[in-house]
Formats: sequence, structure tokens, C-alpha cells
Amino acid sequence: MINTKYFLKGFISIKGTDSPAIALAASFIAIGALFKTIGLNIQESIFSTFLTYALPGSLIMAESLIVGASLLNIFLAVWLVNARLYPMTVSLFPLLTHKSQPKLKYYLACHFIAVSAWLIMKENYKAVERKYRLDFWIGVGAANLSVAVSATAFGFFIADYLNKDMMIGLAIVNPVYFTCVMVGAMKTIQMNLAVILGSLLGITFYFVSPEWCILLGGFTAGTFAFFIGESNGT
Amino acid sequence: MALNIVLAILVTSLATYISRFLGVITSKKIKETSKIFRWFNCLAYSTLSALLARIIIFPAGALAEVDYFIRFIVVIICLIVFLIGKKNFVYPTVLSALLLAFLNSSF
Repeated sequence: MINTKYFLKGFISIKGTDSPAIALAASFIAIGALFKTIGLNIQESIFSTFLTYALPGSLIMAESLIVGASLLNIFLAVWLVNARLYPMTVSLFPLLTHKSQPKLKYYLACHFIAVSAWLIMKENYKAVERKYRLDFWIGVGAANLSVAVSATAFGFFIADYLNKDMMIGLAIVNPVYFTCVMVGAMKTIQMNLAVILGSLLGITFYFVSPEWCILLGGFTAGTFAFFIGESNGT
Repeated sequence: MALNIVLAILVTSLATYISRFLGVITSKKIKETSKIFRWFNCLAYSTLSALLARIIIFPAGALAEVDYFIRFIVVIICLIVFLIGKKNFVYPTVLSALLLAFLNSSF
């Protein structure tokens, strides 16, 4: 099953100074308040964060409910904005595999893939013995998901006390945190190019298609970064 | 309405889980020392940057009501604070909320 010692180690990593807890809480408080405003009840709000646990997808769901979009439209829009989770999983899970771990566990553990937990794991995996990396990861993921779910509930209950300026303040925290993390990750030519080209091309492709800009921009930028980096050492 | 909400939540979760699920299947065939792993690593960081740039430049929801120049200034100032603050993540994140709320109500 799960090795408790490594699970707990992963769980408490949320307390570090590079922890995404503040950013995560701020954005899910905003989501909880938004859910209440558009008419979800507390059970539905908690259920949504627990099951989806990927912020841009939840935002799209909320907007779609407001405009009354069809389920098919919701599915496609969410899939497009959350498809980034695919390369994120592929660039993390090969680091966590070990023959002693049951296969089913990977399919459950992948639910925790979201930027916050993913970044902690990418920074810390080398310090964890390979055999127990998956258990450590489940700990990291469970801690992040707990923060997200609690913040959603908290946001739901304080929704009436949040004014527009506070909502705007909460909304900027997450993008700023991740901008800092991205800049912190720029250690090799490949990473520098991936981050810089990704943001430039993401914006450029927005003028071609707002729905596809993340995938098209990300794919083009990442591929360029890879080839330029490979031909220059890293 | 309630049924619609539950269905929307289920559809959203499914659309999100699919990418994670396919990622695990692909991961099985990829070694961490391979070139293809490095390529996916670049793709992961570049798609994240593309998403972030989109959120900051073309936001949806509450942020859309803030002037684009103010958003830009807040991100740049917080990034500078991050770089001179020995890469501590707490200062820039707390500062960002206060700074944006202040600038937005003053201008």
C-alpha cells in the first residue's frame, strides 16, 4: 500500500518556504466565492475542487454555467485548457516509477498532477529514494488537494464579505507565484527558452485562436527550446 | 439546475483526468534519461508559461477588470522582489495582492 513515513514526508513539504500553499489557498478561496455567486451549494463546490483539482478548468466550468454552455462545449473547453497536464505527467511519472509499486496506484496518484504539487516534486524528487518516490508524491498531492478543498469551502462561506477589490487581489496571487517559480526554474538553456518562448508564443497564438493558444504556443515553443538546447549541450 | 451542475462538474473532472491518465500510459514507455523525456520536460514548462502569459495578458474573471498596464506593473515589481529577496516566494505573493488592490483602487 502506501509507505506512511514517505507519505508524511511528502505531506509536510507543503510547509516549506517555496510552498505553493499561499497561492493555492488564495486562488481556491476565489473559486469558492465564485461558486457561491453562480449558485452552487457547498457540497457541489467541494465536490468540484476535489474531483477536478485544476484551477483553469474550474474557472471555465464556472463561466460556462453562467452563459449556459452545453456539456459538450464544457468538455472540449476544459480538455483544451487542461491538456497541459499531459506533458506535465509525462515529464514527472518516469521519475517516480519503481517495479515494487502496484500499477493501479499510478492511475490514482496521477489525479494529484497540478502545477503546485508538480513543481514541488520536480524540485525535490532527487532527495527521495526511488522506491518510495510514489508514496512521497501521494503525500505532496494529498497536502495540496487538502489546501485546495479547505480553501474552496472557506471561500464559499466568506463570499459575502469579499468585495471586488479583494477578489481582484486574490486573483493575481496565483499567476505571480507561478511566474516566480518559472523564473526560478530557468537554469539551463532549454528551460530558459521553454519559459521565454512559451510566454511569447502563447500570446502570439492567442490572436490566431484563443482556445488553442496554450497548446499551439506551448508545443511550438517547447519543441524549439528542445532542439536549440540539444544542439547547444543542454 | 442542480442536475446540470453535477453533470458539469463530472464532465469537467473527466475532461481534466483524461490528460493525466494518458500521461501515465505514455510514461510507461519513457525513460528519464531519454531525449523524448527532455522534450516533454520542455513542453511541460513551455505550455505552463503559455498559460501564465495568457492569464496575465488576456485574463478571464476578476482580473479582466484591472487595466492591463496595472497588471503588468504588479507582475514586474513582484518578480523583482522575488529576485532580490533570495528567491523567497512568500514576499512577492503577499505583495502582489496588496499592490494590485491598492493600484486598482487608486487609479
